[in-house]
Amino acid sequence: MSAPDWLLTEAPASRRQASLGRWYRNWLVFRRNPLAMIGLAIVALLIVTAVLAPVLPLQSPTAQALSQRLAPPGAQHWLGTDELGRDILARIIFGARITLGIVLMVVAIVVPLGLLIGTISGYIGGALDVVLMRITDIFLAFPRLILALAFVAAIKPGLESAIIAIALTSWPPYARIARAETLTVRNADYVKVAKLQGASWLRIIWHYIVPLCSTSVVVRMTLDMAGIILTAAGLGFLGLGAQPPTPEWGAMISTGRDFLLDQWWVATIPGIAIFAVSLGFNLLGDGLRDVLDPKRT
Amino acid sequence: MANDVTTAARAAAPGQIFGAEFAYELIRFLGTLALTLLGLTFVTFVIGRVVPIDPVLAVVGDRAMPETYERVRQELGIDLPIYQQFWLYLTKIAEGDFGTSAMTSQPVLHDLFQYFPATLELATAATLIGVLLGIPLGVVAATHQGRLIDHVTRIVGLIGYSIPVFWTGLVGLLVFYAWLGWVAGPGRLDIGYDGLVEPVTGLITIDSLLSVDWDVFKNAIAHLLLPASLLGYLTLAYVSRMTRSFMLTELNQEYILTARAKGMPERRVIWRHALGNIIVPLITVVALSYASLLEGAVLTETVFAWPGLGQYITRSLFNADMNAVLGGTLLIGTIFVCLNVLCDMLYRLLDPRVRP
Repeated sequence: MSAPDWLLTEAPASRRQASLGRWYRNWLVFRRNPLAMIGLAIVALLIVTAVLAPVLPLQSPTAQALSQRLAPPGAQHWLGTDELGRDILARIIFGARITLGIVLMVVAIVVPLGLLIGTISGYIGGALDVVLMRITDIFLAFPRLILALAFVAAIKPGLESAIIAIALTSWPPYARIARAETLTVRNADYVKVAKLQGASWLRIIWHYIVPLCSTSVVVRMTLDMAGIILTAAGLGFLGLGAQPPTPEWGAMISTGRDFLLDQWWVATIPGIAIFAVSLGFNLLGDGLRDVLDPKRT
Repeated sequence: MANDVTTAARAAAPGQIFGAEFAYELIRFLGTLALTLLGLTFVTFVIGRVVPIDPVLAVVGDRAMPETYERVRQELGIDLPIYQQFWLYLTKIAEGDFGTSAMTSQPVLHDLFQYFPATLELATAATLIGVLLGIPLGVVAATHQGRLIDHVTRIVGLIGYSIPVFWTGLVGLLVFYAWLGWVAGPGRLDIGYDGLVEPVTGLITIDSLLSVDWDVFKNAIAHLLLPASLLGYLTLAYVSRMTRSFMLTELNQEYILTARAKGMPERRVIWRHALGNIIVPLITVVALSYASLLEGAVLTETVFAWPGLGQYITRSLFNADMNAVLGGTLLIGTIFVCLNVLCDMLYRLLDPRVRP
């Protein structure tokens, strides 16, 4: 039996075969969507360059060479140099690490927090549900960038503050989604069976409810990443995110602003990088939603 | 959860009249509004307390006598328990006292009134552009599902969700102002036109019309055009996408089939019947995007040197002027929250299908 046949069989012999088969089927649907494939390619490129940045044959992203400042794109510097003679291509690629790091950190804070609040709220219900959802609603109604601004200003400008600030304003949608999913399964037979067998509420939430929330959460997460990247870049542009000499894309645009008229590449190239990566995540998220969550498109 | 409560209340009293229902909803929403605003003030209060700047030193300076320091400390209420401090903060805000800005040495409230009209003008112009183009685009995309125009709309939307607005501002200035010279540069007016019209509303376009000064009006429009179009594009992306999805649901309804079956012209079916039924959710979408523009304008204002709230907040930020930052945050936050809650309420009151 060839590999696709083994994956697509109607009678899987093991749980592993069944779940791999399901992944494969989803992949077959996903593959038919060209826009989603472009998104996947962009995101994959981002991850690969971010991981490999230190071993790629690049110039140093922080080494200054004042004799070559503001050089236009050419053979020696493919994307030109900035006002301190640093190679923009190297800075963009090392910047991918920063961007990816911010996104992953925010997601690592936001998703567990949202899942925890949402599932507990939905499963336990009652007064706890009312209180938790009120808090969620309050946070949901907050202006994201403005609060992040005030928050970063209050602590100290920097990457960590930016991450915390973005995380603080991004968890409510996850709590909402997790709660909605919990409500649909909390009275399902398999949950009742687990309860009868004496499973604690923690065990039920973790083993029986959280896995069912994961699809919607993953879709939401992918679509959210563009927003996180844009907010982080906005904070960097205002000088409140990563501090120099860190090659953060938003901050690079901000310094390039002073040379916009004569050396356009300094400011425009990081912007293209931000745009491409956000677009990649949006395309990927759209495609994932079509595959995993067809009822919501 | 809120809906469960409402449903339970209805089940208990089946013969409720609309007036009672209306009053119930109104009270519930006012409660939500008050609670959310309280939450917002609490957050700004906490942020204000986290700041590593000693608020007493900010008032007395670092060479003050210990007695003066202690007196100011008591006046500011810093020796009180935290809940009393929060109460003090709330009462001050309720009186319109946001403190004094260290940067302009004016009361923060006064500053906010100075800067708000510029933001309002920009956000309103952007919303107008976005809505006037976005709704027709969304409708056409829905009626031509899967065709070229539908794909174009989808791509327009995706780009809108992915583009950094401060960057498009810079590139826009470079191309349309520096290279092509089609629009005017940063700021609201050229220097020569500054102060020519009497500020009545603070919106220069309206003020110049009121004093019938066409030159100022033209100049203001030339300055407004680029930032408003770029922000309007974000609205366009969101509005067209939502319009499309609302329209698709509506066009599958049976009353559309009925209207078509009895021979009603297609144009009337689409633009009158289907569109008419999605107006209420669309109002919500537009109100929400308007609120987010008031916020999103922060970056655009920085790029375009637009003397609005966003610029006021960021400038105050770098001068460690926390009173001004928190006052601005609170003002934008309040408008944001009010619009959010109001359109939620509007939605429930106007659309009978949403009522459980």
